[in-house]
Amino acid sequence: MTISQRILDLPLVRRSDALRTFVVATWLGWQIESNWADPFLFAVYSIVRPLAGVLILVVMYAVITASAFEDPTFAYIYVGNALYILVGMVITGVSWAIIDDREHYRVAKNIFTAPLNGYTYLFGRGVARLIIGSVSVLITLGFGIFFFGLPIRLSAIDWPLLLVSSVLGLTALACLGLIMGAWTLTMARHFWSVGDAVAGAMYLFSGAIFPLSVLPVWLRWIGFLLPVTYWLEAMRRALLGDEVASFDTLAFLSNQALVAILAGFAVVLFVVSAYFYRWALHTSKEKGLLDMESGY
Amino acid sequence: MFDQTRVTKATGLFLFWATMWARAYPRMVGALRERSWMFFETLLPVLAVSGYVFLYRAINAPPEYTGFAVLGGAMTAFWLNVLWSMASQLYWDKDQGNLEMYVVAPGPLMAVLLGMAVGGLLMTTTRATVIIVVCSLLFGVTYQITDPLLLAAVFIVTMAALYGMGMLFASVFLIAGREAWHLSNLLQEPIYLASGFYFPVKALGFWVATFASIIPLTLGLDAMRQLIFSGDPTIGFLPATVELAILLVLAVVFIAAAYFALSKLEQVGRQQGRLVERRR
Repeated sequence: MTISQRILDLPLVRRSDALRTFVVATWLGWQIESNWADPFLFAVYSIVRPLAGVLILVVMYAVITASAFEDPTFAYIYVGNALYILVGMVITGVSWAIIDDREHYRVAKNIFTAPLNGYTYLFGRGVARLIIGSVSVLITLGFGIFFFGLPIRLSAIDWPLLLVSSVLGLTALACLGLIMGAWTLTMARHFWSVGDAVAGAMYLFSGAIFPLSVLPVWLRWIGFLLPVTYWLEAMRRALLGDEVASFDTLAFLSNQALVAILAGFAVVLFVVSAYFYRWALHTSKEKGLLDMESGY
Repeated sequence: MFDQTRVTKATGLFLFWATMWARAYPRMVGALRERSWMFFETLLPVLAVSGYVFLYRAINAPPEYTGFAVLGGAMTAFWLNVLWSMASQLYWDKDQGNLEMYVVAPGPLMAVLLGMAVGGLLMTTTRATVIIVVCSLLFGVTYQITDPLLLAAVFIVTMAALYGMGMLFASVFLIAGREAWHLSNLLQEPIYLASGFYFPVKALGFWVATFASIIPLTLGLDAMRQLIFSGDPTIGFLPATVELAILLVLAVVFIAAAYFALSKLEQVGRQQGRLVERRR
């Protein structure tokens, strides 16, 4: 019996359409993401790309600073980039689920006309990429600890802050991903690029690999409007403890303040995503976009 | 009664030429008809380049590194075009039912591939130019071109080798089937790293840079940096003229390999009846 079947047999799950849809969608997403290769090849594929991404930054940093990996700025850059893997995966994940279902497998019309909870279905599809992304983050961080002496020590991690900011931050990110996915439902063109564009913009404005103070003053405010900015800051503080590099743009916020801001983003984005999804599904049906095959 | 106008069939070299432009045409015209693509295809590299430029500024890098990142970012447009619009193209065509039409049409498949390359190259050169102009204006990059003729030669030969590689990959990726998508994904960041898109490839050490030189953009980018930014050969992996000679060899090898791979693919595909099979 598969894990998904065991979860589906739980009494709580059996009673809830939304939960059943979520579990099945997560299982489906995992199968789609992983079953094109044998487990070893899939593991290599899941690790090589993020590692290469972070190594580009490592080499750039090493060339300029003569490999000053002990400087807190290096840990700031490395951890920020490693965590950002999750942002990219979650923000674009739901959009890709829509594109896959609609354009590649051509089953979107069947799925969204079936009596299932479409909102939790999309959440479930996003979770599969979240799982893959989480593994990539852990391996990337482990690689940094082992090869570059990244100052992350299990005994020094602020576990409560890590746990709370992970839950709140990932909830906010998942809701953002859902908004992007729902938006994809309403698009006839350019849906391939929108998720990447948003993720790319957030990479630039959220201080993922450099402090916001490096940005021109007239651009910094964008960073303050993004949940990713606060999530990355909270996660860095939790993981790096006293070794975290502190920059004046966010240093004035206490840990509690960061958590409160993240909680606010999570709640607002959850509500917005639920309404936005309903509007987007309705719009895509009205405009005949639900079963569109653009051939792009 | 009936119009007796005689239809002239293209044959030989003219058929090759006509097929190539027929395949290049939709790419060139498509870029003009769907101008909004320009926004995304320049915005994404500009965002990535901006991130790397700000990182260099955060760690107080010398100003020429901004130019290195801008040039590398512009070159990503060519690499992405080769991966997604050359290497993966026959796979997409199979998925959408175009490949069988290419195969049964009298035009040679090699001309179809070359048309894809010519159309893609023209389209991508426009995008790369926009990226360079926008980023140069945004970040105040200055250029000192020491030898424009050599620079032009390096660019042209790099593109010939790169798109030759793309033509070779098209056959390989078609065989890879469903994994083509993942192969293209996998060949992005690792190649940006190994080829030194955002830093001088020399920083990776001699052996890594040597192995990475199989990707034409590694040497092409390195030579262009030497010729555009300072004329200082010490920033380069090899002298620009040597890199040009190696790139010439790579261009010949890749185009010849693409021809043989495509012939083999067509032969095996016809024999096994899998050329247009869409289950994979």
